Amino acid sequence: MTPILTENTFKEKMLKLFDDNLRSNFSSDNEYIRNIRKQAIGDFVKFGLPDTKTEGWQGTNLSKPLMLEYKQHFKPFEKDVDVEKIFMCEVHDLESYLFTQLNGWLVFKDESLSTLPGGIVVGSLASAFKAMPRVIENHYARYSKVSNNGFVALNTAFAQDGLFIYVPDGVVVDKPIQIINIINLTENLFIQPRNLVIMGKNSKLQLLHCDHSLLHKQSLINSVTEIILTENSELEYYNLQNKDSDSTLITHAWVEQHSFSRFLSNTLTLNAGIIRNNMNVNLNGQGCETNLYGLYLVDKEQHIDNNIMVDHQKPNNNSNQLFKGILDDQARAVFNGHILVRKDAQKTNAYQKNRNILLTDKATVDSNPQLEIYADDVRCSHGSTVGQLDPGAMFYMRSRGISEDVARMALMNAFASEIIHKINIAPLRNRIDEMVTKRLRGELSICDQCILDCNERRKYSFDIDLSRINC
Amino acid sequence: MLSIKNLKVEIQGKEILKGINLEARAGEVHAIMGPNGTGKSTLASVIAGREVFDVTGGKIIYKGKNLFDLSVEARACEGIFLGFQYPVEIPGVSLVNFMKTALNEQRKYKGLDPIPAKEFLQKMEQTKKLLEMQTSLTTRSVNEGFSGGEKKKNEIFQLAMLEPTLAILDETDSGLDIDALRVVASGVNKLRTENNTFIVITHYQRLLEYIVPDFVHVLFDGRIVKSGGRELAIELEEKGYEWIRQHT
Ligand SMILES: Nc1ncnc2c1ncn2[C@@H]1O[C@H](COP(=O)(O)OP(=O)(O)OP(=O)(O)O)[C@@H](O)[C@H]1O
Ligand SMILES: [Mg+2]
Repeated sequence: MTPILTENTFKEKMLKLFDDNLRSNFSSDNEYIRNIRKQAIGDFVKFGLPDTKTEGWQGTNLSKPLMLEYKQHFKPFEKDVDVEKIFMCEVHDLESYLFTQLNGWLVFKDESLSTLPGGIVVGSLASAFKAMPRVIENHYARYSKVSNNGFVALNTAFAQDGLFIYVPDGVVVDKPIQIINIINLTENLFIQPRNLVIMGKNSKLQLLHCDHSLLHKQSLINSVTEIILTENSELEYYNLQNKDSDSTLITHAWVEQHSFSRFLSNTLTLNAGIIRNNMNVNLNGQGCETNLYGLYLVDKEQHIDNNIMVDHQKPNNNSNQLFKGILDDQARAVFNGHILVRKDAQKTNAYQKNRNILLTDKATVDSNPQLEIYADDVRCSHGSTVGQLDPGAMFYMRSRGISEDVARMALMNAFASEIIHKINIAPLRNRIDEMVTKRLRGELSICDQCILDCNERRKYSFDIDLSRINC
Repeated sequence: MLSIKNLKVEIQGKEILKGINLEARAGEVHAIMGPNGTGKSTLASVIAGREVFDVTGGKIIYKGKNLFDLSVEARACEGIFLGFQYPVEIPGVSLVNFMKTALNEQRKYKGLDPIPAKEFLQKMEQTKKLLEMQTSLTTRSVNEGFSGGEKKKNEIFQLAMLEPTLAILDETDSGLDIDALRVVASGVNKLRTENNTFIVITHYQRLLEYIVPDFVHVLFDGRIVKSGGRELAIELEEKGYEWIRQHT
């Protein structure tokens, strides 16, 4: 099958599904959401899905996963799924507000939207659509752009649930909020989660997003996360990706930063099927700080593509990107880092670095740093390196009696530690450090448990009665 | 301890060592001198096991073993230590961890349990004191951002921690200020016993005033062309290498 045929088939399928749902599952949407859906499906038709000829997508071929048959669910599970029976996610000593998205739907016990101390509202986006229409209208689908690919449009057309976070002005969230996105079904599944994070003025939050799959079935995730940081707010956004080889994960984060806001993201990919991360940051204010970090450890046939766009729209902002990867076997990594400095964005500092270690000569990296600068008073730099472990350092370590394997591990750990040390939540940092070590030793599998707790004792069995799930 | 017989070494088809002979017994200190580029570091690296060099002839016997049968790390575990002329920076690996790993790997090789944490820390503190080393250095990444002198001191620190039986110091004196030189030299002297051997590569007679050698060898164009006692170093310093050139 040629990709074009696939795309058309996929497109037709989606259009038909959309029409069906307009009359059924989408019929309870309010007008604002309905209009957004209709416009989005139009954009999807117009732009289509990217293929390997599309700018920025040359390195990632999605035609295979798009060719497969997937189940899609447009209605939630029973409300009383006991998440704790599904898994326990425990970063030792990490206290967090924990939310779970199971097969596309947010799982909750009592209330679909909770109010935390300080008036923070967290919970199901589906509920927020209904409970907070004004906030939704002000922010939802305002920051994501269709750009050159139809995935964002497709998500917007179909999105029903995901995590909604609203942090009021001046509130510092006392514990990290954690969302775990689990795919666990005995059939192939396609989901399109949608998250919205609204940071009030002077507010502060640490958000941890874990993506993983449990059963080895084909899955396709096309997620969109919109984040708005209003004046002087601060968000740390940690993404942990530990996906099995049968999964395709396409993520889009759209970040809108107002003056003096600070955004840190750290995307840690420990295993992948195919992963494509898109991160777009708009610096739409002055005095902003943006730090984007990433670490990917891939082997076998795994594929990781990080596509970054930092748009300096206003003057006096600092942005920094540092992505590092270790690749083994035939693994492939793509890095597209784009810094755009617009005409008005004087006194911009923008840096970008991508460093890779290839452990075999079959592993490949395609690294494309891109600077596009229209202002004259700026400091920008970019660089990318692809290399092996430093033979000089290897010899030095071995000459002290350290065996080759231990030396290699130490050097790989050291390489990764630069990114791990950017994690500001200590228990998370320690756990990730352990996981990375395990991963490098080849001991970290996609556990049949929460990846954050590989404790044997907690091995769970699946208690979800599939007959209770409305499809 | 060490017996080198007619050692010939090439790199990329170019012959660097053209038949080296050297005998060093336990308890001795040997100094090797010679002009730039004559193969001193090459000799040191080949003993330590650096693989970029091709050994085309001869052999090295160490404690009765053929060195070429041993991996780099096995040589270290058997007690060979190379103080690098250009110590390598290892970003992200702290000196403490590096040292602990090295010590424990060597202990493992000997069938010993890992060193108790407390004992390790004590040993490290003592060694730092012995070498008047800044305490913060050990928490930093190995050699990263170390000054030239600090790097050299760090080599001696590692030497003192690992207590090898054959230590080769490749221009450890260059880059050290006068005080540091004295500290390092007295450190080395404290480590000297009748059971270990030092090979000191240097360009300067001054170091040999502190670490007094039993033998001085002149390495010239891939060969040891002259050997003698300590006085040879003094003579060399007076007359320069031109004097050697005329006599070979
Ligand atoms: N990796 C290498 N590739 C090519 N040539 C090399 C390499 N290493 C050493 N050489 C060459 O071998 C010769 C001997 O070098 P070596 O470092 O052993 O000299 P040295 O006696 O230690 O000099 P110095 O006193 O300057 O330290 C030099 O000509 C050097 O350029
Ligand atoms: Mg040298």
